Amino acid sequence: MESEVRGLNYLAAFLVGGLVCGLGQLFLDFTNYTPAHLLVGMVITGSLLTGVGWFQPIIDFAGAGITVPVINFGHVLTKGVLTEVEREGFLGLFAGVLEVGSAGVSASIIIGFLMAALFHPKE
Amino acid sequence: MMNKVVGNQTIKFERKPKIISSAAIVGPKEGEGPLGEYFDKALQDSYYQEQTWEKAERKMTQENIDLLLQKANLSPDKIDYLIGGDLLNQTVTSNFAARKFAVPYFGIYGACSTMVEGMILGAILIDGGYGYRTINFTSSHYQGAERQYRTPNEYGDKYPSYKQWTATGTGATLLAKDGQGPVVTEATVGKVIDLGVKDPKDMGSAMAPAAADTILQHLNDTGRTPQDYDLIVTGDLGEVGSKLLKELLAEKNINLQDCHDDCGKILYNSDQDVGAGGSGCACAAVVTAAYLLPYLNNGEFKRIFVVATGALLSPLTSLQGESIPSIAHGIVIENESPNNAIGNFSYEE
Repeated sequence: MESEVRGLNYLAAFLVGGLVCGLGQLFLDFTNYTPAHLLVGMVITGSLLTGVGWFQPIIDFAGAGITVPVINFGHVLTKGVLTEVEREGFLGLFAGVLEVGSAGVSASIIIGFLMAALFHPKE
Repeated sequence: MMNKVVGNQTIKFERKPKIISSAAIVGPKEGEGPLGEYFDKALQDSYYQEQTWEKAERKMTQENIDLLLQKANLSPDKIDYLIGGDLLNQTVTSNFAARKFAVPYFGIYGACSTMVEGMILGAILIDGGYGYRTINFTSSHYQGAERQYRTPNEYGDKYPSYKQWTATGTGATLLAKDGQGPVVTEATVGKVIDLGVKDPKDMGSAMAPAAADTILQHLNDTGRTPQDYDLIVTGDLGEVGSKLLKELLAEKNINLQDCHDDCGKILYNSDQDVGAGGSGCACAAVVTAAYLLPYLNNGEFKRIFVVATGALLSPLTSLQGESIPSIAHGIVIENESPNNAIGNFSYEE
């Protein structure tokens, strides 16, 4: 019974994650926008979905399928703001942005630095 | 005024400056292309034992000028002017390369039309009696240009089929009042043309109208037809731009079908993943220096019209949504004794 539930979880994560990435690929293939546009678009989408309260239900359903793609970064930013606004009011709008997202941001900076220091582009 | 102007935009060189030497060094990918064996040297890797691609471009440019002088058996003090330009900001490759030579220098910018722009200026200087010998040179480097004009090299942007590949390489020619080699007889200086193409990845489409305008103007000025040339060769229109050029000229009842080719199309093999073909200053330069001029010299061509095309955009203007102004400069090069090979571009005092 438990393994059946786990199997369905995997399936949901696979389908939703695949859908998000597939849409991203179509966006790159059929428009003239760059990967940077896609990245920002995904973050904004995640942020909006969180704001209207639809993101948490998707996480409950798809798990890693939605939290692994970059769309989750928008969720994390907005969630931090919403939590902090509830606690601190107006100031939370600023204080909350990186509260949940700081791990992701710091990891990007540190790993980005290491990559740039260690590797040299070839072609 | 002396009668050196033909029609509206074409000039005629009475003294017919001679191209007494030419040299070209290319990158690894160009070396593997169909013209590989013609180049003086092909780099093994794009860094060319330097720290940066910009330094590599500079190093090969200097080396190529040395090679050009060596082939002509001349020292730098015999040269009256250096004329150079490239794609990097403030044309640093040419400016820095020129500091090695104690020769008066003109820095020019014509994007990928720089080679022919430099040859025209050199021919004007010689024909006007302002010097005996000029060297014109230009270069481009795929990785260096890509990160300046588009995105960082690590970025992994998609490569659409209509985008062109900036050639890595450097070409130079030595024009002289006296000596042996193909002669420069006429030039048609292009106007800046902009039909509103905005996609900086689609430079073939942006430049084709400029090439069409210059070719049309040239034929009108001289009263010739395309069939009067063994080859009308455009600089870097690639597959997309070449097709558009033929369509544009067909509308004016000019048929290029048999006598047109494009340096961007002949520099690479179709399986080299270069999109629509080559581009960059080096594209027209290395093909002219290493392939077209020797063929003229051997007498296989009698008269060719080289039309180098340039997209005059900057990264800033494309980010601000501006369209791409383009230019095409044409130069007529002839072998006056087509049945005889005229030596190895040899120089005579």
